[in-house]
Amino acid sequence: MAELTLVEAINDCFHVELGRDPDVMVMGEDVGRAGGVFRATAGLRDAFGPDRCVDTPLAEAGIMGTAVGLCMAGFRPVCEMQYDAFSYPSLDQLITHVGRYRWRTGGKMTFPITVRMPYGGGVRAPELHDDSPEAYYVHTPGVKVAIPSTPSDAKGLLAAAIRDPDPVIVLEPKLHYRTMRGEVPEGEHIVPLGQARTVREGTDVTIVAYGSMVPLAEQAADALEGRASVELLDLRTLKPLDEDALLAAAGKTGRVVIVQEAPRTAGYGAELAAILAEKAMLDLRGPVLRVTGYDVPYPYWQIEDAYMPSVERVVDAVEKLLEF
Amino acid sequence: MAQVLPAERDLRRVIGDGQGVPDGEVEGLSDHDLVELYRGLVLLRTYDERSVVYHRQGRIGTYAIYWNHEAMQAGSVYALEDEDWIFPSYRESAIGLLRGLPASTVLSWWRGHPAGWWNPADYNVASICVPIATHVPHAAGLAWGKRLRGESACAIAYFGDGATSEGSFHEGANFAAVMRAPLVLFCNNNQWAISTPIEAQTAAETLADKAVGYGMPAARVDGADILAVYEATRDAVARARAGDGPTFIEAVTYRTAPHATADDPKAYIDLERVEEEKKGECVGRYEGYLRRGGILTDEMAESIRTEAEQAMRDGIAAAEAEQPADPGLVFEHALANPPASFETDLAELRRVLEGR
Repeated sequence: MAELTLVEAINDCFHVELGRDPDVMVMGEDVGRAGGVFRATAGLRDAFGPDRCVDTPLAEAGIMGTAVGLCMAGFRPVCEMQYDAFSYPSLDQLITHVGRYRWRTGGKMTFPITVRMPYGGGVRAPELHDDSPEAYYVHTPGVKVAIPSTPSDAKGLLAAAIRDPDPVIVLEPKLHYRTMRGEVPEGEHIVPLGQARTVREGTDVTIVAYGSMVPLAEQAADALEGRASVELLDLRTLKPLDEDALLAAAGKTGRVVIVQEAPRTAGYGAELAAILAEKAMLDLRGPVLRVTGYDVPYPYWQIEDAYMPSVERVVDAVEKLLEF
Repeated sequence: MAQVLPAERDLRRVIGDGQGVPDGEVEGLSDHDLVELYRGLVLLRTYDERSVVYHRQGRIGTYAIYWNHEAMQAGSVYALEDEDWIFPSYRESAIGLLRGLPASTVLSWWRGHPAGWWNPADYNVASICVPIATHVPHAAGLAWGKRLRGESACAIAYFGDGATSEGSFHEGANFAAVMRAPLVLFCNNNQWAISTPIEAQTAAETLADKAVGYGMPAARVDGADILAVYEATRDAVARARAGDGPTFIEAVTYRTAPHATADDPKAYIDLERVEEEKKGECVGRYEGYLRRGGILTDEMAESIRTEAEQAMRDGIAAAEAEQPADPGLVFEHALANPPASFETDLAELRRVLEGR
C-alpha cells in the first residue's frame, strides 16, 4: 500500500487503467500538456501519447458529445470537466444523449463514458468553482453517480466507473484533493459501484454523508463523543444507491441526520429522506433531519463558511434529534 | 448583366433546365450509377409521400416531412461507402433505407413502437437525432475515433439551416476541424426553421461562409440537384479519407411542405412562393435530366416506382403487424446493469395493470 493524496490516487488509477486497456482515453481541457489544473492527469500524455490523453478545445458539450461518438468507434472515453459548474454546458449532451443512447439502440450499443470533475466548496475560489451539482446528475436517467471521500475510494470508484458498461459521473471532493492522505492499494483496485461504507459504528444516531461531507461528519462524531454514539455511513455511490446499507444504518439507531453540501431543496438528501419515510418509518424514533447548503447561489468566498455545513450545524442537528 | 443574388453565390448546379441552361455531367458516373441515384431518390420520395398519407390515416404519429429534400439525402449517401457512418436528424429519418434498413423499422419509429429501435452498427446509421444539432459532436467523435484507429471510414452529419445557430453545431464543427476528423458536415438549408426564415436565423451572407471560421473548406450546391450534391459529397469524402479533415456542404433548397404533419405553414409562408419552388423539385428535375440523356425509359421509371411502393406496402404491413409493446420494456435497455429497484417497480406495475 502506498500513502497517497486523493488526487494522487486518481492519477494512479489513470496510469493503471490506461495501461491495461488501450481503448481507455482521457480527454478534457488542459489534461494533457498541463496534466490537469489539479494534476489529476499528470504524466499521462508522456506515458500514453497525445491521442490517449487529449487536450480538447474549450467546449464542455463538445467534449461530452464527441465522447458519445468515440464510444461508437469502440473507445472508453474518460472526460474531465475542469470544475463542477463548468460541467453545466455538457448537461445538454448528458440529458439528451448520454443517458439515452443505449436505450435508443435497444441495448445494442453501450456508452461506457466516464465523466469526472472536482466538486464542492471551501477552497476560497472565484464564483462557479464551488458547486455541488450531484442532484442534476442523479436525476438524469441512464447514468450512474459516484462520489468518493477517501484516496482509496477515489481510485477504486474511478476504476469501477471506467470499466462499467454504463455512463458514470464521478464527483471528486476538490477540498480534499491534497489535504487528505490515505493508504491506497497499488495496481488494480476496484471499489464496486453501489456499495456504501460504514465509516464508524454507533448506537444513538446515524449520520449519512458522501464526498467532502464524510470527513466533516467524522469531526462532528468526534465532537459528540461522550454525548452520542454515532453510526456514520458513507454512501460512495449515489446511483445506484446501496439502499440495504442505508436502511440497516437507519434501523440501527432509529435517528438519521443527512449531511449534504448542495442546496437543500430537491437535493439528494431529500431522496434519502423520502426512501426512509417509505421504507423505515417504523424503525425511526424521530424526524429525518438534513444539514445542507442553502437555496442560494454559492456565496463569495469570504463568507462561504456560512454556507457550508459545519461541525457545529451537524452537532446541533444530532442534539435536536436526541432531544426529540 | 443580371445581379447575382447572395443565395446564388457559388451555387453549383449540374442539371440544366431543359431549356436555355444545358445539362452538365459528373465525371466517373456510369449510366448504372445514374439509375441507382434515381432509385434512391424515388424510394425516399415514396416513403415520404406514403408517410403523410399514413399519418392522415392515423397509422403513424407526427411525422417530419422531407419532400424536396430527397436529392440531398440520396445524392450524398451515394458518395459514401458502406463503412461510412451516417448521422441523421429527424429530417433524414428514412435515410437508413438507402443502407437496407427496413421501412418497417422507420415506420415503427414514427409509430412510437420499440420495433423502431435499431442497432446503429448494423447499418452504420446512427439513431435519429431529435434535438437540433446535438448529433454533430457525435459524428465528429466517431470520425475522430475512426482516424485514431487508422480506419478509412468517415462520417456524415445532416442538419438544417436552423441548426447552424446551435452551440452544438459550433462545438462539433470546431472539434472535427481541430481533430482532423474525416467528417462531412451536410447542411440542408431549406431556408426555414419551422416558421423562422433564414434571414432571421443568421446575418451571414451564406451558411457556407461559416466554414471559414473553423478552418475548413465549404461547398455550396443546389440541394435539389442530386448530381451536384453527389459531386460535392464525393469531393468532401475524398478529402476526409486523405486525412485532410472535415468539409462543410451547404445544400440550398426550399421547404415546400410543412415542417411536420403538426405544422400549418399558412400563417407564415408565402404559398405562391411555395408553388413556384415546387416546380423545381428534385425528383422531377432529375427525371428530366435522365430522360433528356436517354438513360431512363418509361418502363424503368415505372419499375422503380413500383418497387418503392411495394417496399412501403410491405413496410407498413410489417410495422402494423408488430405485437403491442410490453410495459416491461419501459425498464429495459437504458442501463447495462439496471438497479434492483427496476424489478420492484415492474412487479408493482404489473400488479396494478393486472388489477385493472
